[in-house]
Amino acid sequence: MTRILVLLAFLASALPAAAQDAFLDALPGLAGSFGAQAEAVERLGASGDPRALPVLRALSDGRLLRRDAALLLNGADAATGAPADAAGAEPVRINNRVRAALRGALGRLQLVSANPDERLAAADAVFRSRSAENIPGLEAAIARETVPRVRDRQALALAASRLVAADPGIKRQGIATLGEASSEDARALLLEARAANPELAAEIDAAVAAIDGRLAFKRAAETLFQGLSLGSVLLLAALGLAITFGVMGVINMAHGEFVMLGAYTTFVVQEALRGIPWLLPWSLPLSVPAAFLVAGLAGAALERGLIRHLYGRPLETLLMTFGVGMILQQAVRLAFGAQNREVLSPSWMQGTLSLPGGILITQNRLWVIVFSLLVLGLAFAAIRLTRFGLEMRAVVQNRRTAATMGIRTGRVDALTFAFGSGIAGMAGVALSQIDNVSPNLGTGYIIDSFMVVVFGGVGSLVGTLVGAMGLGVLNKVIEPWAGAVLAKVAVLVVIMLFIQRRPRGLFALRGRAAEA
Amino acid sequence: MSDLAAPAAPRVPPRLLALGAGAAALGLLALLPLLNLLPAGSALAVSDFTVAVTGKWICYAVLALGIGLAWGQAGILSLGHGAFFALGGYAMGMHLMRLIGPRGVYGHPVLPDFMVFLGYRELPWYWLGFEHLPYAILMAMLVPGLLAFVVGYLSFRSRITGVYFSIITQAMTYALMLAFFRNDMGFGGNNGFTDFKELLGMPLNTRGARAALFYAALLLLGGSLLLCRHLTRTKLGAVLVAVRDAESRVRFLGYSVTAFKLTVFVLSAVLAGLAGALYVPLVGIINPGEFAPTNSIEAVIWVAVGGRASLVGAVLGAFSVNALKTWLTSFAPDLWLFALGGLFVAVTVLLPRGLVGLFQGRTR
Repeated sequence: MTRILVLLAFLASALPAAAQDAFLDALPGLAGSFGAQAEAVERLGASGDPRALPVLRALSDGRLLRRDAALLLNGADAATGAPADAAGAEPVRINNRVRAALRGALGRLQLVSANPDERLAAADAVFRSRSAENIPGLEAAIARETVPRVRDRQALALAASRLVAADPGIKRQGIATLGEASSEDARALLLEARAANPELAAEIDAAVAAIDGRLAFKRAAETLFQGLSLGSVLLLAALGLAITFGVMGVINMAHGEFVMLGAYTTFVVQEALRGIPWLLPWSLPLSVPAAFLVAGLAGAALERGLIRHLYGRPLETLLMTFGVGMILQQAVRLAFGAQNREVLSPSWMQGTLSLPGGILITQNRLWVIVFSLLVLGLAFAAIRLTRFGLEMRAVVQNRRTAATMGIRTGRVDALTFAFGSGIAGMAGVALSQIDNVSPNLGTGYIIDSFMVVVFGGVGSLVGTLVGAMGLGVLNKVIEPWAGAVLAKVAVLVVIMLFIQRRPRGLFALRGRAAEA
Repeated sequence: MSDLAAPAAPRVPPRLLALGAGAAALGLLALLPLLNLLPAGSALAVSDFTVAVTGKWICYAVLALGIGLAWGQAGILSLGHGAFFALGGYAMGMHLMRLIGPRGVYGHPVLPDFMVFLGYRELPWYWLGFEHLPYAILMAMLVPGLLAFVVGYLSFRSRITGVYFSIITQAMTYALMLAFFRNDMGFGGNNGFTDFKELLGMPLNTRGARAALFYAALLLLGGSLLLCRHLTRTKLGAVLVAVRDAESRVRFLGYSVTAFKLTVFVLSAVLAGLAGALYVPLVGIINPGEFAPTNSIEAVIWVAVGGRASLVGAVLGAFSVNALKTWLTSFAPDLWLFALGGLFVAVTVLLPRGLVGLFQGRTR
């Protein structure tokens, strides 16, 4: 008899007008026996009434109080909402049967919660718990849902629930929906269902194959993005080198330390702007010119003070600049401490972007890719379009002729070196967003950067771009099946072998400049 | 000794002087373990610490000699010699680990502690044979030599010279460092090897063992000095100097530059490997940190400080820079990196011929 009543109440709950009555009808049952409680919980869960959620939560947490037949919640009558004195009231006690009923009812009620995040979590919970009983509730929830991402998850949960329904037609619906998903969970569900339903094997296999195809695409896209992201980092670190080493032929082992100086400049700018709240969100864009200047000045000082005395002696230059890098690193370590410094990301750089097909992209890495291409464009424009670039190319091609044409070669040397070092500083701004700002920030990049320049071809910016992106993607492609370390080793070996075939890199200079 | 510009011009007095000074210095060094036997209060007594540290420096000096041979004589600047040193050290470390036997923490009769910890069932194949000292010493020479051969062959064949070669060797040691940091390589990962017990049945960390290792290192240094000195006097040495100063010209004269460079590079790697093999029992530990590119480049600066054109210079540099390091880090560790960096700058800009150049006077 009671079962029929529950069923009737359940059916009645489908009618919105009857829903409110269902809440008030069912509520007193919570004060009754455990059996009556469980029934009342089921009915409240089926009611889909927003008022039921806080009451059931309170019951679950032991915060729902009763005095005789009246139920009290947060100092008010649970049914009417009228203020009531909680004195002498005691918590409503429940047993395991009621708790089990509560779990299902809460999940169903959360599906209609006003908070989209709660609805999302509920959909996921239902997806995992999957039982055919959830189907009507989910269908109703999907019809009502307005937020697309929540609706997508609810659809998945519905499909998962349909998979365990008794009717094969409903099962097929579930299989079809799951086959359009692109998640490992959906795939696991289908494989599980395949064991239980041999008669549906063919359809399930087709759905799994569809998911596998989509997952492979997603994995490939994410690998490509990670590779491009690593490549953009390498590009930033190597661009400055492509100018100082590639164009001028000066090997600067302190290059990584200029990157590090740029990262610390970002930190200093951020700390300086702490007093000016409206400017603080702009500290990162402001750091870019600041880092360019700091690293550029350091570069100019290094070139004029020391490197200029060692032109034509590359091995000595290498050792000397290594020493300078050591001194810079230790100086920063003493000034700022050896621990990592925190550089904040502005809000527009945080979070992840989800593309169709479930591909996730972290915003800050996306910005670093954009920034690296901007810097490449800037370097290209400076070399190709400005007077300074023209003089620079002239000095590289033939120093003496350039000097006789009235170009002050010493000044051009200093400016070129400062320019390359300044780009390293800008790289430091970008790296501060995705790496730890510590005194040895630069050491990790220096070897890779040289590899990029050598691989791409000395003296070619396009080569640097292709070299950086190629090595980045190659690294990330090898990584999944060889591990991060072996991937690095493999890339080094690949470069060694590559140099066997093309000793001058991918984009070798031709003609006279090649002999420089 | 030969100098940068005019290697052929023999100038007898300085050469004899250097030889005499070198022999005297080695003789003085040989006295150290004996002085260690004197009672602690005695004026000439030398502490255990001094003997251990000096033994370490002698190993460094052999490493420096290897670098000096390749760089000073043949113009090959390797920034990865630390890798050869460390590989030699690992070979000896494997022997020492095998000798621990059942005395490890886990008491396993064969497997070293870290293998028991990582769940190895049996010894990996590349560990077999290391219980024999001659095999370990052979490997300490063979493995660095083979690596140098492969890297050198691939590089010299494609005429990768100068800074390009330096960077490739640096990448090589960097890659090896990353690889040795991994636990599944079977070389103790992060922690490397330590807690050695004995060598040749002689417990380590005793005065006698330290003195024996000290003399072994000194013998190695003297032997390799003589060998290198002999090499530079032969036709091989003359061709090497020619390769250093005008590689293309030598090639056009019909010499196989690749073969000459390869010979000297492999030899210098073997010297580094032997130095590493003696270094490990002296300091009692070997870990992947030895592969760090900084170590290799620091060794290069010893040679630069001493004077790269001269073999004695490399040895002198190794002793003097390490003496400075030990002295400075004892009271102002923060300053050491400034001093080292300053050395790099000062030597290259002001003193390109190193300390030895100071004694040789002007020859240009």
